[in-house]
Amino acid sequence: MTQWPLVLPVFIPLLTATACAFSFRSHKLSSVISWAGALANLCVALLLIQRVISQGLLVTAFGDWQAPFGIVFVADLLSASMVLITAIIGVAIVLYSTTDLRSKPFYAIYHSFIHVLLAGVMGSFLTGDIFNLYVFFEVMLITSFGLMVINANRQQVDGAVKYVVLNLISTMVFLLAIGLLYGATGTLNMADLNAKVALLPETTMMLIAGLFLFGFAIKASAFPVFSWLPASYHHLPSAIVALYAALLTKVGVYALIRVFTVVFDLVDSGYQPLLIIIAGLTMLTGVLGAASQFNIKRILSFHIISQIGYMLMGLAIYTPLAITGAIFYIIHHIIVKANLFLIGGFLQRRQGSDNLRELGGAYQSMPWLALLFLIPAFSLAGFPPLSGFWGKFLVIKASLQTDAYLLAATALFVSLMTIYSMTKIWAEAFWKPLPDNAAAPIALTRLENCLYIVPIVALAVITILIGLLAEPVYQLAETSAINLLNPERYINAVLGNMPEPGQISVLAAGESQP
Amino acid sequence: MEFLWCLVVGVMTTCGVFLMLERHIVRFLFGMILISSAINLAIFVAGRLTRGNPPLIASDALLPAAGYANPVPQALILTAIVIGFGLLLFTLLLAYRAIKELGTADMDKMHNTEAGQ
Repeated sequence: MTQWPLVLPVFIPLLTATACAFSFRSHKLSSVISWAGALANLCVALLLIQRVISQGLLVTAFGDWQAPFGIVFVADLLSASMVLITAIIGVAIVLYSTTDLRSKPFYAIYHSFIHVLLAGVMGSFLTGDIFNLYVFFEVMLITSFGLMVINANRQQVDGAVKYVVLNLISTMVFLLAIGLLYGATGTLNMADLNAKVALLPETTMMLIAGLFLFGFAIKASAFPVFSWLPASYHHLPSAIVALYAALLTKVGVYALIRVFTVVFDLVDSGYQPLLIIIAGLTMLTGVLGAASQFNIKRILSFHIISQIGYMLMGLAIYTPLAITGAIFYIIHHIIVKANLFLIGGFLQRRQGSDNLRELGGAYQSMPWLALLFLIPAFSLAGFPPLSGFWGKFLVIKASLQTDAYLLAATALFVSLMTIYSMTKIWAEAFWKPLPDNAAAPIALTRLENCLYIVPIVALAVITILIGLLAEPVYQLAETSAINLLNPERYINAVLGNMPEPGQISVLAAGESQP
Repeated sequence: MEFLWCLVVGVMTTCGVFLMLERHIVRFLFGMILISSAINLAIFVAGRLTRGNPPLIASDALLPAAGYANPVPQALILTAIVIGFGLLLFTLLLAYRAIKELGTADMDKMHNTEAGQ
């Protein structure tokens, strides 16, 4: 039986993208279609998470080819909450870009791309088949390439070369890992892989797990393979960079969490010590990189890297509390990071620059925007009671519980440095008077201002809500984490209605013997 | 047969890595094409190399005859080739545009993204 809420989050964006592509002549029509698609997706995402909470895991096998042979979509709590957050970001970005990119000639095709990108992200969160994950990664990748060069000026093309090259390497390694995994186990279904990977010889398992780790680490922009991110993000239009910052790296982290809990066991795979080191260095390099920058988008880009470190730290410690923290952190980070980029984009639009030397006086002219900036900025740095505090609190508590004191100290130091970067933006862009040589701010119409501010306010409200009502989000993250570390429920839900288990194991065993 | 195949994959990967270490963007792309083909071949081996053993199940049997070649990796490769072709086309166009726009094919000289700091 097909569970519609499971399929629609991928289907609706693809349909919207097609409709947008055909309505390229009218900017108004394509905006309306894009809004409708994004809102419909949000409704479906809400329905999905409501179903998952009330009914437990949802599974759909396409064409009634049962797992492990067919491709399945699985929604557990983690997937469903990720889909919901993605849908929220989708609505915010579509609204924001209506005014930010309205005058650009690529406006209609932009809406088309952005929805295909959303479909790829949603599919990556929902699929239960590892090759299908690869396909959705590619959908996401090729549209992100397109969006990256949509303006096609010198800097963007230059940044895109670096982005494309490193991401293609990651893709190839990921594909190789899948091929070898299939050769060794004879299955591609993640639930089925759980039991079969445990039977592999240790060296084979380590080789394949290492390839997955490398491939996903590039996607997640972990140390030392993060260099594509600061090279390419800051020249993108604000709406696009906010979407990238919110979603692309987080899909990499999600894939790492999924693969290293359900498929491989991180501790058994032997990569736990390495991942702890990677997590610490990712945090540190990101925040130090940000400290040396003097441009809003560059500072924020480097902060993506340092925040990825916290999520990896949660996965690396590998206790239920730590993974709870990592999931909480992803949810919080997607909202907050998108919001910061949206605010930066608004400043850039008004002042014509995102260089801190040419900005200033924003507190005087727009005190409400200054307040709106403080909410995500403090949340990013981890001030209580905002959402970032809880995420940091959980991962640091987990690291202290497992005696990883150095890691905890690094995490605390990095949040201190985060405050430094945020104060820098505050002092330069908001507090100091507008420099004499700066251009006069561009006056925006009321409608334009509204379209800029509504998504920013909405995301700020969500940040405050996550912070004040941390308990339900914590419980959601905790249940997801426990289910990830004990994937029996996931496996039973996917493979529960297998026809004849004996017959399948005969087939699967036959695959690996030449 | 498998040994020979692995040797081919190994040689292709070696050449690919060598080319990818070059600074010239077109050589780099050639290296990447070689490696992605090598990966496709590697996946092909995962499905067993046999001759004249189609994976067909006789009408009175549950399983295909022993020693058949698993068709799934071949299907995976087909998907990967199609996706790879699209990505490659984009990358070639991007490289062309980059050379036109930046006036150099040397990756070490592409610093435009750092400009204005």
